[in-house]
Amino acid sequence: METNTPESRRLALDSYVFDGAYDEMFAAPHEVRPHYAQVLDIFSTLSQEELQRRRASVDMAFLNQGITFTVYGQEEGLERIFPYDLVPRIVTASEWAVIEAGLTQRITALNLFLHDVYNDQKILTDGIIPREVVFSCKHYRRQMRGLQVPRNIYIGIAGTDLIRMPDGTFAVLEDNLRVPSGVSYMLTNRRLMKRISPQMFLQHGVRPIEHYTQALLAALRSLAPEGRPEPTIVLLTPGVFNSAYFEHAYLARQMGIELVEGRDLVVHDNVVYMRTTSGLRRVDVIYRRIDDDFIDPMVFRSGSILGAAGLFNAYRAGNVTLTNAFGTGVADDKAVYAFVPKIIRYYLNEDPILQNVETFLMTDKKQRQHVLENLDQMVVKAVGESGGYGMLIGPQSSKKERAEFRERIEADPRNYIAQPTIMLSRAPCLIGERLEGRHVDLRPYILFGDKVTIVPGALTRVALRRGSLVVNSSQGGGSKDTWVLNH
Amino acid sequence: MLSRVADSLFWMSTYLERAEHTARLLDVNLGLMLDENEAVAERRWFRVLAALGYVPSLMWKNDAYDLAQRLSFDMENRSSIYACLVAARENARQVREQISTEQWQRLNQLFHQATRMERRPHTAMQQSDFLASVIEGIHLFQGVTDSTMSHGEGWQFIRLGRYLERGAATARLLKVYYEDFWSGSKVERSLFQADSVVDSNEYLECIGLLRSCTAFEAWFRVYSTDISYEQILDFLLLDEEFPHAIRYSVDSVEAALREIAAKAPGRIADPMLRAAGSLRASLQFADIDELLKTNIADFLQRVLDQCRGVHDLTYQLYIHYSVQTALAN
Repeated sequence: METNTPESRRLALDSYVFDGAYDEMFAAPHEVRPHYAQVLDIFSTLSQEELQRRRASVDMAFLNQGITFTVYGQEEGLERIFPYDLVPRIVTASEWAVIEAGLTQRITALNLFLHDVYNDQKILTDGIIPREVVFSCKHYRRQMRGLQVPRNIYIGIAGTDLIRMPDGTFAVLEDNLRVPSGVSYMLTNRRLMKRISPQMFLQHGVRPIEHYTQALLAALRSLAPEGRPEPTIVLLTPGVFNSAYFEHAYLARQMGIELVEGRDLVVHDNVVYMRTTSGLRRVDVIYRRIDDDFIDPMVFRSGSILGAAGLFNAYRAGNVTLTNAFGTGVADDKAVYAFVPKIIRYYLNEDPILQNVETFLMTDKKQRQHVLENLDQMVVKAVGESGGYGMLIGPQSSKKERAEFRERIEADPRNYIAQPTIMLSRAPCLIGERLEGRHVDLRPYILFGDKVTIVPGALTRVALRRGSLVVNSSQGGGSKDTWVLNH
Repeated sequence: MLSRVADSLFWMSTYLERAEHTARLLDVNLGLMLDENEAVAERRWFRVLAALGYVPSLMWKNDAYDLAQRLSFDMENRSSIYACLVAARENARQVREQISTEQWQRLNQLFHQATRMERRPHTAMQQSDFLASVIEGIHLFQGVTDSTMSHGEGWQFIRLGRYLERGAATARLLKVYYEDFWSGSKVERSLFQADSVVDSNEYLECIGLLRSCTAFEAWFRVYSTDISYEQILDFLLLDEEFPHAIRYSVDSVEAALREIAAKAPGRIADPMLRAAGSLRASLQFADIDELLKTNIADFLQRVLDQCRGVHDLTYQLYIHYSVQTALAN
């Protein structure tokens, strides 16, 4: 390709920065990957006015649909939208095939692991994972020992964070097995993209994702307690002040199920009811979007008003299903993460299809030593945290921050793990009037009911600050529509 | 339907109706004010404040635009237009999955539009634009509600909230006008006789009352340009076809409750339906000539009390019932 075409000048591609990460669109400067060629062509033909018009139209749509998060501590009206980039992220059919097979394998193994840990504990007896690693997990729930869940399925819904390594392969960064969020953005991003840029979809072979909510409903249905052929399914939300409330409402609406809060639920004789205008109505399956700790003030956090008193006993009695089950957090603990390749081999006798990121356990003296000596090249994470909080990114940290983390690690080694700093892959984003590279991850959503279903799509999160590797929305992240191609 | 959801839909609708009513009263009276002297103005604003349920002497500071500003935007005052819009939107947000996307978008647009206005000082012109845009936004919301939402139980709770609020607001307004104009001196009393025609100043007040209920055009379809108090009263109180008349509002309340009761067969709705039916009958079988012989203020107060009674019974039955009674059924 010529380097001085008007198109490349207009989008300022000449100054596009390559920094050692894998680039999603360009194999080399001005050498566009074939599956992105058509999109780049279209962008090159659009005038700046048209691009800005589309951006304004998307922002307005987000605002008017109330797809916003609230800036806390301010008065009414200070709501921000989750930034949305106009350039889609594209995954080819062959790349997706690997991701799909790898995620299916991984969730199957992790689910077997949960069943084992809460029942026979063979994997501990066989010494594959040290007992203390499992029992010291913040999210290990001894109340779950010996409790049977429908179909032995603990993880009904997962949202796994994948990153693309510099060599182009995908690796798992985090398994989110508790209450993963973001799927509404995957669905909304697609709907908006179709509205503002319909011509981009023509002859592109983008696989549809609109059936996600039906697949979710089917999965929830299949997990109903036995003897409840027409189960009543509800979605339990912490309420309107939760930052993911938009998503809870969106999913409930799409599935046509009730969106309930703890105060709508009543437990009587170990049966869960909701208060309706027609009186009390029995509830069979609860898709819960609140953490374990808040589910039942009688069993867990006593001050919580988000759950319902007696809910856990009803669950124990088998009268109601909670999805995800209690205690799934033991399988996405960041220290247990390091053992997932072993877990896959142990239960399935297969090699992992998707690799882990190399992880150092701070409880291991040698590994800790190595990490402390190389803190400026490491990413350190607190095991129980999520959302990008409690992290140290070595190369971007100050001396003072490193000293602080060194102290914290030495004081409580079980609470931290470290990973080498990985350059997440880079995708072009429309920043102002030019295309600039920003780092991205990929979060596909996995459903596990009577079978594993992965809708061919994902949430691509973007670290919008130049050079940043943190994609979380609370830390200045945005998102992109993500296309999985059928070829 | 979840009791909490019914509660939120009811209040969303109530707050919007309240915002619209306040906006219209302000809009109409700011307009009329241009035609008259100060003494009349004060009396007029006292009436507006009383009709909105305030203690007039506490609110009135000799400046109509300042008053309009406070009734529009003061967040300390939970009944200001902006506070009502915020509350309506909060209620809608809590039942986001129950209302249609179009409804939510309309309400959101209205809210963001009002927020932009709220954040900057404005002229009398902009104040009047604001009031007009609130009224228009709420009308659009109601249109979208009727055309995009299933007319099921949730819609009936919205209808219930709207018409209970509207019926009560109109009753309060009529009561204030009655007490201020028609129950006073003998001279004014005489105006009250059948077929009496009013002078130009009073004509303006009557137009104001009709406009406050969006009844100006509808009234002239039924009556002539000669305005008499009794005809206005007859129309705003007892007309069964005009949507801002008390009779129409009360009919709608009863109809909504009947639909709700039919959809919730597990609950014993008789006392509630009886209360609504009795309220409806008191208007349906009323005769304006008979009413004029009695104290209309008392009659209107009874309507207000009955509206409250219907509200309380509805809440006991569907929203705040005890678990014990529900398990016993």
